[in-house]
Amino acid sequence: MNSFTLTQAAAIDEAVRDKASHDGSAYLGGGTNLIDLMKENVSRPTHLTSLGHLPLAQIENLPDGGLRLGALATNADTAWNPEVEARYPLLSQTILAGATPQLRNMATNGGNLLQRTRCYYFYDLATPCNKREPGSGCSAINGYNRVCGVLGTSESCIATHPSDMCVALAALEAVVRVQGPDGERTIKFEDFHRLPGDKPEIDNTLNAGELVTAIELPAEGYAKNFTYLKLRDRASYAFALVGVAVGLTMEGDTIKKARFAVGGVAHKPWRDQEAEKMLEGQKASPDLFRQVAAKVFAEAKGYGSNSFKIELGRRAIVRALKQAVEMDYALDNDAFLNTNP
Amino acid sequence: MSLHFIQEPLDKTAPHVVPAQAVTLNVNGEDHTIQIAPWTSLLDALREYMDMTGTKKGCDHGQCGACTVLVDGKRINSCLALATVYQGKKITTIEGLGSEDNLSPLQQAFVDHDAFQCGYCTPGQICSAQGLINEGRAKTEDEVRELMSGNLCRCGAYTNILSAVMEVLHDGQVVVDNGTLVTIPMQPTKSSSVN
Amino acid sequence: MSQTIATPPTVRLDSDVVGKPISRPDGPAKVSGSAKYAAEFNVPDLWYGYVVSSPITKGKITKIDAAEVLAIPGVKQVFSHENVPTYAWFDRSYKDDVAPGGSPFRPLHEPEIMFNEQPVALVVAETFELARYAASILKIDYEVDESFNTDLEKARGKGFDAPKGKTGFLPPPKPKGDAEGAFKAAPHQVEGQYEHHAQHHNPMEMMATTVEWLGDGKKMKIYDKTQGAPNVQQYLSKIFKLSTDEARVISKFTGGAFGIGLRPQHQVFMAVMASLELEHSVRVSLTRQQMFGVSHRPHTIQDLKLAADDQGYLQSLQHYALGETSQYENETETVVNWSGILYKTENSKFGYELTKLDIETPADMRAPGAATGSFAIESAIDELSYKAKVDPLEFRLLNYTYEDPTENKPFSSKRLIDCYHEGAARFGWEQRNPEPRSMRDGNMLVGWGMATGCWDASMQKSAAKASLTADGKLTVSSATNDQGAGTYVIMTQIAAQTLGLPLEQVTFQLGDTTFPAAPVQGGSWTAASVGSAVQATCQELGKKLLKLAQKMDDSPLDGVDLKTCSSWTATFARMRILASRSLLRTC
Repeated sequence: MNSFTLTQAAAIDEAVRDKASHDGSAYLGGGTNLIDLMKENVSRPTHLTSLGHLPLAQIENLPDGGLRLGALATNADTAWNPEVEARYPLLSQTILAGATPQLRNMATNGGNLLQRTRCYYFYDLATPCNKREPGSGCSAINGYNRVCGVLGTSESCIATHPSDMCVALAALEAVVRVQGPDGERTIKFEDFHRLPGDKPEIDNTLNAGELVTAIELPAEGYAKNFTYLKLRDRASYAFALVGVAVGLTMEGDTIKKARFAVGGVAHKPWRDQEAEKMLEGQKASPDLFRQVAAKVFAEAKGYGSNSFKIELGRRAIVRALKQAVEMDYALDNDAFLNTNP
Repeated sequence: MSLHFIQEPLDKTAPHVVPAQAVTLNVNGEDHTIQIAPWTSLLDALREYMDMTGTKKGCDHGQCGACTVLVDGKRINSCLALATVYQGKKITTIEGLGSEDNLSPLQQAFVDHDAFQCGYCTPGQICSAQGLINEGRAKTEDEVRELMSGNLCRCGAYTNILSAVMEVLHDGQVVVDNGTLVTIPMQPTKSSSVN
Repeated sequence: MSQTIATPPTVRLDSDVVGKPISRPDGPAKVSGSAKYAAEFNVPDLWYGYVVSSPITKGKITKIDAAEVLAIPGVKQVFSHENVPTYAWFDRSYKDDVAPGGSPFRPLHEPEIMFNEQPVALVVAETFELARYAASILKIDYEVDESFNTDLEKARGKGFDAPKGKTGFLPPPKPKGDAEGAFKAAPHQVEGQYEHHAQHHNPMEMMATTVEWLGDGKKMKIYDKTQGAPNVQQYLSKIFKLSTDEARVISKFTGGAFGIGLRPQHQVFMAVMASLELEHSVRVSLTRQQMFGVSHRPHTIQDLKLAADDQGYLQSLQHYALGETSQYENETETVVNWSGILYKTENSKFGYELTKLDIETPADMRAPGAATGSFAIESAIDELSYKAKVDPLEFRLLNYTYEDPTENKPFSSKRLIDCYHEGAARFGWEQRNPEPRSMRDGNMLVGWGMATGCWDASMQKSAAKASLTADGKLTVSSATNDQGAGTYVIMTQIAAQTLGLPLEQVTFQLGDTTFPAAPVQGGSWTAASVGSAVQATCQELGKKLLKLAQKMDDSPLDGVDLKTCSSWTATFARMRILASRSLLRTC
């Protein structure tokens, strides 16, 4: 970890100015990702602008019936906020599925969006990584790529975005509010994270110096029919191999509105709006769900140690949709087990 | 076949080390002023600069929970916390929960249930369990297991840790606040049913 | 269901204290955070050493440029093969009690890189953070040799017979009968490959050493994370030519080990080396990542061929294992012998080979060899029982042996059959449905089996010291260790029981080379070995006490002979009464 100076900013514009005035500076939120990366020498800022004192931790109602989550509210406070639990239980359960209580008490909402991939090669300075050092190569493509992506990958990079919360935010169609040297603006969640393309070193569409001030949720929280299905190598405290967040509005057996996103499979939470439209207006059925799942993974590409994610992802979508329809997370012995699309 | 591997210099400019400065931390009810640079973690500040070695370093990367302390009653991983940022907060370490001659109910429960072997994860487990109790969320064994999963134990004392925590939970919820025990009412919760 | 499963026996212990559950005497220290581990001793004016690890697997260091690092204020020294002296010439100086055959690794000795994460430099600075940073910017050029192999699968067929060299090494049992012929002739056969990869000890506490430089010649207090302070002291003494006074090693609490602390690891070498060179107190702690480069249970591939007749009697047993080792030492384990010890057959053949890979020397880890061998034989026996259509437990009872087939000697005791019966009764083996996928619990399929574990009950030479004060406080000490297994507890119990004292009056001390010598805490021998020493020492203490008591005028203990004395406790209780009248001196 290199040496650095640190400023504790008291206001947003002070923070923006402080960062802009230092070369090689970074914003510090909860530190759960940045400090980890600095100890690994992957991130080497020489100045930190600490945001802990900024008045951005509130969670408050929006006039359109939505909810604004302050960027500096912790993941724990957000997950256990009464409004979030009541109106956006999908978000609450998704946050609680990630990390640990200790990490959730430190991690901020803004930081959760900005956390970097956990690809092994990104972390290992001894191996080539285009995200860490553009042009050096991608060690994951022919390496241990169990945690890497199968959708939207490129020849430069197959890394995944590791967040659970972001998968729910994608399904909820949240909006990200940011502030920077050029003022304030909003970014639709689906536009916030990028695909790697030939510039894998850039994770998101923030401009230089911008910081996330809030995440705004629309009024619809899918509180009646939702699920977050997280599949991973152990029962807790592990990243998703595949995670599916689903929100539905139903009328009897018919799906009126469907939103879902898949995590662990791409550089950003994966939404497929055509697949969502396949569900709308239809009666829920295993065959329908399998068709939708097949559509989502039709272009998927495996790289050896992660090829299992394609079949697992298909089955996860089918299972998650079933859970969201029935709001029953206990598995039962019927046609959905051992599905063979 | 011979290749060259050169550990590329991380800084293109000459290395600069920011000097130490006075940082005041409130730990277990007392203010301590130490001379540290911004890069010192709260964990190292406790262990190396304040001789409070009860809090342990198990991984230094937020992956094991051995470094768990309480900040304003909430559990965090002190290894990922920069000490300077935690000025002005109430930090409680294992030493603040009780001493050898005056163990807290939770510490006593750990002894009674043999909820440790080597003892190295133990301070982190206890601070984490105290944080869990403060949260007032976990009620059942499954819930306690899930909400204690941020603390690893290589000796495998998990079942006894669970029974120690359940014993204290069963006796009522307590919060250590400024050294006094306070009972907080049970909060209504939905059970977590995420896979 | 088998008719051979009987009612489980009840075991009675004739004991007041030993074997009874008690709270650990070290408990309050551990739960209050006051127990100190190796990196936690507050030594004044301490410097910090940070290890630099090789990012390549094989090759050599061509250049180290430490100038920039040394120029940073607060950095004290950069140690590497370029400036670390050769302390001792011969391999034997670097061999510790647990070392296998071969040439022990000498840290910072040569530019050659033999394994990934090999320590290549130590940076010493005034603070931990500065040492860590300086280590990260130290410029090292390597010449990389891409012709390395770390994959055991690629080395199949390149094994050599596992050689002697490691204390306790047992070659595979000799062949009996015609194993291959009997295999071919038998109606039920199982043939398979069983493999496990490297497993890392990764105790919660990282390897660490704090050396306190006492400023009196070369005297140091070395707080080390180890499973055996005497073994570390011996190692350091031989290499650095230190007396036991100069190299006192202390290990009061060990944060788990599982085998990684049996041998002195490179951080203790480097901390002591730095301390001697700089004449200053130094602390070195490895990082969690570096723990993966210290050692591990070896990747092992095993081939088994078993055959049985229609009744379920074993006709043939062949067990072969191939284990990885480093290029420089031959780490051996006892892998295949357990199969031969557990099951009786007329036809058997065993083999155990090693192959050298470009890795660090593997180490003992949690039942080394036995965990490896048992998983293979027990899995194969299970599969064979299914082939022969015999209940897996019944199969083991049919092939049970009261003699060690590898030595043709009866076991001095073997209670395994009682364990089988008791296990079957407690777990309700009767309810088990042998058909695969036949048992469910809600939406989960239930798999239900049983297996046997086996380990030798060895003993090692041990010593202890006991002293009793006039007010009846007993202190017993030995240089043994407690990595969490409970040495503090059981020795306290043994001492208390031996002399009939309440537990609160007994203190057991360990982990200091000034205490009587004890073996490394490993091999599951500490209870038997150090426990016996504690018991014998306390008995000797008791005898001395009795003699003193008998010397008193009108002693009520006059004529009491301990050989015929029915109760130690009663005798000692009378002695205590006398002591309370201030009539006895300390032994």
